[in-house]
Amino acid sequence: MSSGTLRVQKISGHAGPVPGEGTQRQEQVCKLIDTTTCIGCKACEVACMEWNDLPFRETVFQNTYQTMPETAWNYWNLIKFNEHPQADGGMMWLMRKDQCMHCADPGCLAACPADNAIVQYQNGIVDFQQEYCIGCQYCVTGCPFNIPKFNPNTKKMFKCTLCTDRVSQGLEPACIKACPTGCLHFGTKDDMKELAETRALQLRQHTAHTKAGVYDPAGVGGTGVIYVLHDITNPEAYGGLPSNPRVPWAVRLWKRPLKWLGNLAVIGGLIGVTMHYLRYGPKRVKDGGE
Amino acid sequence: MTAYIMRYTLIERVVHWASAIAYMYAMATGAAFYSPHLYWIAMLLGGAPTSRFWHPWVALVFTAAIVWMLRAWRNDMRITAADRQWSQAMEHYIKNEDEDLPPIDRFNIGQKYFFWVMLGAGLVLLVSGAVLWFPELIPWSWRGLRYAAILLHVAAALVTTGAFIIHVYMGTAVVRGGFTSIIRGEVSPAWAKTHHRLWYNRVTGR
Repeated sequence: MSSGTLRVQKISGHAGPVPGEGTQRQEQVCKLIDTTTCIGCKACEVACMEWNDLPFRETVFQNTYQTMPETAWNYWNLIKFNEHPQADGGMMWLMRKDQCMHCADPGCLAACPADNAIVQYQNGIVDFQQEYCIGCQYCVTGCPFNIPKFNPNTKKMFKCTLCTDRVSQGLEPACIKACPTGCLHFGTKDDMKELAETRALQLRQHTAHTKAGVYDPAGVGGTGVIYVLHDITNPEAYGGLPSNPRVPWAVRLWKRPLKWLGNLAVIGGLIGVTMHYLRYGPKRVKDGGE
Repeated sequence: MTAYIMRYTLIERVVHWASAIAYMYAMATGAAFYSPHLYWIAMLLGGAPTSRFWHPWVALVFTAAIVWMLRAWRNDMRITAADRQWSQAMEHYIKNEDEDLPPIDRFNIGQKYFFWVMLGAGLVLLVSGAVLWFPELIPWSWRGLRYAAILLHVAAALVTTGAFIIHVYMGTAVVRGGFTSIIRGEVSPAWAKTHHRLWYNRVTGR
């Protein structure tokens, strides 16, 4: 799902320099999702399927309005429904548009061993390049949001591209275009952050949602998709939005100290046996008479 | 001339080389996925998606071979009192002062450790590899398993790599005749007496 018009600032599994690294001039793009005005109409789900020309798939009925349990390789945008019990005995219907969060510090990219299979463009979009994907599914392990999905037939990974093709042509993503309530906004990260904070303040001051706030988790360096939540203290209630997402420590440990320790051990071992041979050489067989 | 002694039967040699080739393929493709600086190995072996596809299947061949070895060599690989004595004098072995070493049977303790390390690490690689092969079958709430699997897989692979380097070095460069013995199966009586005196006595009845 690549686009040649976008410069790249991070590349997965890459030895050597990255063309766009440290030449940042473009604005970061950002999707704002206001869960307080989402009506769960799923127009964004349909728009995503339409624009990205994804094949239809079976849906699953689980006694809620949710289309299927989680996103799929050919279903990148899913409204998560949750009937959330209130303290007063009432019930609140939480609806959250789930998709790739386009992390500034993407766990999928950190975990990916395939050169160029995952890139981050200068505008912050994290994109999978299926022609370089090897189908190892390490990104599944790296992602703190359970987003990348495997197509068992093509052995490639898929997820939301943030409509890279549209955005690179100056258009907003298909989901934004389709939203009838205006709960979805698209623009620069700074603008969206400001709009989100204004909305959260409005909710705190003029409604009963005194704990309203903006979800832009710092653990992954901030995200290219931010939420306004009625209750920022409990993101888990919104279909399992993690309260403090991070690149898994196991991925960090494996890609940094463990890798260097391993490299040292293997190179040390090779030097060791070479030195041993130079110092002691081969063993001699005692040619005792029969 | 001297009559050569059969050290490895044909089936032992076949299984050894099946496991060796399978291991080297899995190690080479694994190394390609381990470091971006080694990714070119996957290119040489037919491309990275191909390497990723065959890596687990070939690893199953390695598993089958090592299970056969466990069955066949269980008794030979048991660590004995003679081995413990020998390992006390290991320094002499490293310094090629083999005349100062107590006699041992078919395998020395280094070979035995190598076998058990490959078996144990192989088991860890098999279990963690199964998780890495089908990560989407692990429910999201059990994702800790995936985190454990990536760490265990790479750690166990590094242990086998270290063991492999020493095994190949000893078997080819240091113990001359060892490499021939695992290809043609035969060793000279002098070789057997020097390196495996108890085994020599046992098989020749001398």
